[in-house]
Amino acid sequence: MELDSLIQQFQKKDKTAFATLYQMYADNICGVINVILKDPERSQELCHDVFIKIWEKSDQYDTSKGRFFTWIINIARNTAIDELRSKSHKNQKKNLSVETLVGIYENSEDLNGKIDTIGLQSLLKGLKDKCILLIDLLYFKGFTQKEVAKELKTPIGTIKTRLRSCISEIRKNMA
Amino acid sequence: MSMEVDKYIASGILELYVAGALTPEQNLEVQHYALQYPEIQKEIEAIELAILKLTASVSPKMPENGFEKIKAELNNTIQFTPVQSKRKALWTPYLGWAASIILAIGLFWLYSENRNLKSEIEISSQDKLRLEETLSNTQEAIVRKESLLEQLRDQNVTVITLGGQTVSPSSYAKAYWNREDSKVIIDAQGLPEPPAGYTYQVWSLKLDPLTPTSIGLLNDFSGENDKLFVLENPNTSEAFGITLEPDGGSESPTLEQLYTLGAVGR
Repeated sequence: MELDSLIQQFQKKDKTAFATLYQMYADNICGVINVILKDPERSQELCHDVFIKIWEKSDQYDTSKGRFFTWIINIARNTAIDELRSKSHKNQKKNLSVETLVGIYENSEDLNGKIDTIGLQSLLKGLKDKCILLIDLLYFKGFTQKEVAKELKTPIGTIKTRLRSCISEIRKNMA
Repeated sequence: MSMEVDKYIASGILELYVAGALTPEQNLEVQHYALQYPEIQKEIEAIELAILKLTASVSPKMPENGFEKIKAELNNTIQFTPVQSKRKALWTPYLGWAASIILAIGLFWLYSENRNLKSEIEISSQDKLRLEETLSNTQEAIVRKESLLEQLRDQNVTVITLGGQTVSPSSYAKAYWNREDSKVIIDAQGLPEPPAGYTYQVWSLKLDPLTPTSIGLLNDFSGENDKLFVLENPNTSEAFGITLEPDGGSESPTLEQLYTLGAVGR
């Protein structure tokens, strides 16, 4: 498959392949960091740093770590969370303000006008707060299934089926 | 073996997989099914696409020359900031010279200390990276081995000992056959390295009349440290045999090159 060979080239330190992956995923990396930091300028800087890290760690990726996208988004989250902690927020992961994505969605918080929340609004249209919170914890905060179950005091089975229907709604909104 | 693909997809496990919220063991399981069932692979990609759209929608766009800046940094990870002195206010020429020589020596000393420290930091962070990598590789190896062990211990597994034959009497192998899963794990520790250009081929045999069916090759024999090979076997086998065949395998077994053979017990 095309993505697979692109990743292989990248792991052989091919800069052209890396440039393509950057084009594919820069906005996603930046988006995740921005939701955590709520600081567009700093997020752009960290996004840059994250890609340098991805390059340096390229040989650490293999498919047992999941999708390539999952791997890089995980690096981005950890970098953003480290940044928050180093700013003497002293928060553990679970204490990060839980409602970042909900907040951005509801208040159309414009983050200094640098992001266009219309895209977000239309993707999350009709989703319950429960859904948005769950998506925030799993995709933006990097909680494991056990951590989510504990945080929401809900059994893993329920969380899985809820998540399935939440993501399905986003997919309908995309259509 | 059949799996309820729809039920698996509906369970929500693929959404967790894309989030990276599963254990390495579960990741391997999902990948295993995705390879087997294209519907699952397609579903994973559709879920990922939704998350790609969502994460991109909250992005402050990266500058146009974003990648250029990254590229410029890729080769020179260590950067020294040159130390400069621009002092000029001197009391007297003599004192000034003396002071600037002392200052220069001091600065040089600081500079070299700084450089040593920087290279030490660089070395320890490289060590750390290497250790992290070793740890993660070890963890993966453990997960793989645990999953193999689990497969070997399955109560549906029949163990068949394959003894050495005329061409190589000291050879032996074991087959762990799980009829429920239609899988055979071949432990080929007791076989010699195949000569260049040849590969071992495993056969499922019916005995009366003798009917061999190929169930696969032991590819990359020397690269496989544990010499454990997982093969599909949907046949109702009465015996298993391993022959040496030219690379790529043969239509039917070369019986003069039969290394090991063993019948399935009752």
